[in-house]
Amino acid sequence: MVTHRTIGAAAVFAAVALGAPAVQAHAFLDHASPAVGSSVPAAPAALTMWFTQQLEPAFTTATVTDQAGNLVDTGPAQVDPKDPTELHVSLKKLPPGTYTVAWHALSVDTHTTTGHFTFTVGGG
Amino acid sequence: MHRVICRGIAAAAVAAFLPGAEAMAHGFAGDRFFPATILTDDPFVADEASLPTISLNPTQSDGSRELDVGSDLSMLITPSWDFTLSDQWAHLRAPGMPATTGFGALTTGTQYQLFINPEHEAMALAALDVTWGNTGNVQNLGAPAFTTLSPTFDFGKGFGDLPNSLPWLRPFALTGNIALDVPTQTETMGVKNPDDVFYGFAIEYSIPYLQEEVRDVGLGPPFNRMIPLVEFALTSPFNRGYSGTTTGTVQPGVIWAGQYFQVGAEAIIPTNSLSGHGIGGVIQLHFYLDDLFPNSIGRPISQW
Repeated sequence: MVTHRTIGAAAVFAAVALGAPAVQAHAFLDHASPAVGSSVPAAPAALTMWFTQQLEPAFTTATVTDQAGNLVDTGPAQVDPKDPTELHVSLKKLPPGTYTVAWHALSVDTHTTTGHFTFTVGGG
Repeated sequence: MHRVICRGIAAAAVAAFLPGAEAMAHGFAGDRFFPATILTDDPFVADEASLPTISLNPTQSDGSRELDVGSDLSMLITPSWDFTLSDQWAHLRAPGMPATTGFGALTTGTQYQLFINPEHEAMALAALDVTWGNTGNVQNLGAPAFTTLSPTFDFGKGFGDLPNSLPWLRPFALTGNIALDVPTQTETMGVKNPDDVFYGFAIEYSIPYLQEEVRDVGLGPPFNRMIPLVEFALTSPFNRGYSGTTTGTVQPGVIWAGQYFQVGAEAIIPTNSLSGHGIGGVIQLHFYLDDLFPNSIGRPISQW
C-alpha cells in the first residue's frame, strides 16, 4: 500500500534522524540566575546562564549593562570547563536598578543563537 | 590581553576548520525563532523536511471526506536560496461511492531570502512554486492535467521590539504569505480554470521566547518549547466565472519545537459552507536537517 510505503519512509527517516550520532544543535537558554525578568533583593556577585547545548568558548559572549548602557560585568563571560553548557559572568557591585543581559552563543556544531533579557536588583 | 589574543586565535581556528562556522540557522531572525507552520508557508529558506503531514479534512458539501498523507522537502542551494519538493497521497471516501486513492500533483519550488532583520525580528522571501500537470494519478484528488505557476511572497515579524511596558505581548509573532495561482490552461475539457489568490497568516505566541527574553515563568518540559498558534488561509478565484467562491480554513493548534525536530497539531475549521462542514485535524512531524546533519545534507550545496 502506498500509505504504508509513505509512513514506512517517514519511520525510517525518523529512526535515522533521531539516531544520528553525536548530533548537536542550537544552544537555547534553558534558565539563568538571576532568572529572566526577575527581581532580586540583593545584588548578585555573578550571573550564570545554563544552555541546552555545549558552548564553544571562543565564540560565546555575554555582557551586562545598566540602564545608562554602562558595562557592569568585570570581564569576558567564561564557559564552565566542567560543564560546557554553563556560562558565567562576574559582576561589579550592582546598585539597585534594572540590568540588561545580551548573550551570543555558539554551540559546538557552529550554530549561533542570541538573546537579551533583564533582571532587577532591589525592586528596581 | 593575552587571553583576548588566545581567544582570537581559537576563534580563527574554529572558523577555519569547522565546516560552516557561524552556520545559517533555520527560522531565526535575531533572538526570534519562527517554527515551521503547517498550513501557511514559512518566511525562511532552510534545510528541512516535513514527513509526514497527516490531514483528515472537514466533510465537504457533497458528503465526501479526504485523508491526506503529505511530505515536503526543502534543501538549501546557497545560504539564501533553496528548492522545495512536495507531494501527497490522498484517500477520498464519498457516500455511495467506492473509496478513491492516489497521489496528488507534484509541486516543486524555489525560494530566495529577500532579507532578515535581526533587530526587528523580521524576514521575507520570494518564491515560485510549480504544480505540475499530469504528475498525479487521480484527477479528482487534486492532480490536474495542467500545470499551475504560483509566485509567492512570504513574511515573518516578531514583536520582541515592542516597548518593555508591553512585556507580555513581546512573545507574539506574525507570519504570512500571499500567492497568485496561474493555471497554464484557461480551460480543460470544457471546465474553466480560474486564476486565484491565496493568502494566509499565522499568529503565534512563543513560550520559549517568553521564558528566554521576557520572564521565566517556570514552565518546564514539554511546555517550555510550545508555541500555540492560529493559522488562517483563504483561496479566492477572481475570474472565469468563479468570483465570490472563496474557500478557506482556520486552524488553531500548537507546535512543540525541540532541538532536532518539531511536532505540530491543529484543528481544521472551514470558514464557510463552500469549504466544508464539521472539524478536521492535522498532525505533522518536521525535521531540522541543519541540526541533524550539519556536515552533510544539512548544509547549503554552495556557500556562495
